[in-house]
Amino acid sequence: MEDNILLQLNNISVVYSDVIQVLKGVSLVVKKGQIVSLLGSNGAGKTTTLKAISGLLKPENGKVTEGNIVYEGHLIQNSAPEQITRLGIIQVLEGRQPFKYLTVEENLRVGTATRWGKPYKKDLELVYHYFQPLVARKNRLAGYCSGGELQMLVMGRALMAHPKLLLLDEPSLGLAPFLVREIFEIVKRINEEQRTTIMLVEQNANMALLIAHYGYVMENGKIVMEDEAKKLRENPDVKEFYLGTAASGVLKSYKEVKSYKRRKRWL
Amino acid sequence: MEFFLQLLIQGLSVGFLYALAALGFVMIFKSSSVLNFAHGELLAIGAFIFLVFSVRLNLPIPIAFLFTLAGTFAMGFVIERLFLRPLIGEALIEVIMLTVGLAAMFKGLLLVIFGGNLFNYPDFLPKALTIEWGAITIPPVYVASFIIGIIFLSIFGFFFKYSSQGIYMRSVADNQPAALSLGVHVRRVFAMSWAIAALVCALSGIILGIMNGINVHDISIMGLKVFPVVILGGLESIGGAIIGGLIIGLLETFTGGYLSTSLKEVIPYVVLVFILLVKPYGLFGLVEIERV
Repeated sequence: MEDNILLQLNNISVVYSDVIQVLKGVSLVVKKGQIVSLLGSNGAGKTTTLKAISGLLKPENGKVTEGNIVYEGHLIQNSAPEQITRLGIIQVLEGRQPFKYLTVEENLRVGTATRWGKPYKKDLELVYHYFQPLVARKNRLAGYCSGGELQMLVMGRALMAHPKLLLLDEPSLGLAPFLVREIFEIVKRINEEQRTTIMLVEQNANMALLIAHYGYVMENGKIVMEDEAKKLRENPDVKEFYLGTAASGVLKSYKEVKSYKRRKRWL
Repeated sequence: MEFFLQLLIQGLSVGFLYALAALGFVMIFKSSSVLNFAHGELLAIGAFIFLVFSVRLNLPIPIAFLFTLAGTFAMGFVIERLFLRPLIGEALIEVIMLTVGLAAMFKGLLLVIFGGNLFNYPDFLPKALTIEWGAITIPPVYVASFIIGIIFLSIFGFFFKYSSQGIYMRSVADNQPAALSLGVHVRRVFAMSWAIAALVCALSGIILGIMNGINVHDISIMGLKVFPVVILGGLESIGGAIIGGLIIGLLETFTGGYLSTSLKEVIPYVVLVFILLVKPYGLFGLVEIERV
């Protein structure tokens, strides 16, 4: 195996409540220091893939039934989130999920849970350095912050844990376009300056492929396409279905959509 | 006027006692949304453990006191580990029914071991704690209750506000999935809240024991007092538990003093009803933050 592989999913299947199969043999590789983005429509299994990695399937009654997940030589499938987070994998949940009744700074301090008792002042400064708007909100209850501030807050909170692998689930959800650009810029800077490997789940494929090094496309619990981000951006199918810029510029008929589906099964 | 002052001070110290007892209840509810119906029994267990250390084993009082606190803290952990943890993930009502069962079990055990008689601690509080001020005399136990109440409530107040462990505990109460995603050890937080709850229960159980003597039934009935206190203050609020405790304590002593001792038990509930009409979440209860 190559040295620069941080995380590897080998043909994993995930089943919820013993009956509902969501992932059907997903394999992917995340290399150290890269941004890997995972694209796909709603219900494709992107979030489930992230949760399988971070261990958060467990409280939702989900389980990796086949395959394995290798992270830095550890087999981590079905481990408890307390253990996985301590190995340096932190997931930023979809829909922001702040601690509403804690102040912004207290929210950030929860990020130190994996290394309780160690000094954290420097990390607070680092977070405030990346997310300037949070400084003015320090002592405000998170429940009263705006959507953009909250997205910064939850990402900053994750950063406090010194993640080696940061799993971001739809950071652009419900944000104004200029804010989305700002958030993605920060994600890129964190990746470059902190050498944090990032796995990014996104609906906003355009943005995601702009900052990512590598991309995977999921459909119905399977990976249907993978390539370098640059090449994916040029791929006609991705262009049409995820970037909304069909080569011809006109909408195609349903017949052709079907042919696309057929083509995908080949992949 | 003297009578009023006497009642005021007594009411406040009873209030701190209630606040302390309610603190444990709020802790468990805040972190795991479990209503603990075995709360009164935890008070009784604390009181009896202190009785064993101080009277049966004849240890010096400060040591017996420390042992009781340490012992009940550990007992809280064990209770969580043995009874509550297997039910994590089950419906809340099952967990609450479990605490009803625990209550019956603890009470039964105490009755088997100690019987239903009234016990007393030796008179160990220094006479210097008595306040004599003109016609007012406040017995030392009320002063002690006052002091212990203020000390421990501020310790726990600071613990939750500023310490990392306290912030983790609040984060679990606030948003459990998010806390899990950041690596907060949720099960440890549950265990911790039971341990702290058992400890503060022991404190209030001991004070109660000094005030009224120790009897399984009398002390475990006091667990019911916790309900008006926390509902008044708001189920999730530690500050609310304190204010609620003080209000109920004052109401009780004033009704007892001016109206009649039999009304004493009822009036707090009557006032509770009226306050809830105006503030349905209690005085300091969480009003869901919703940004529309």
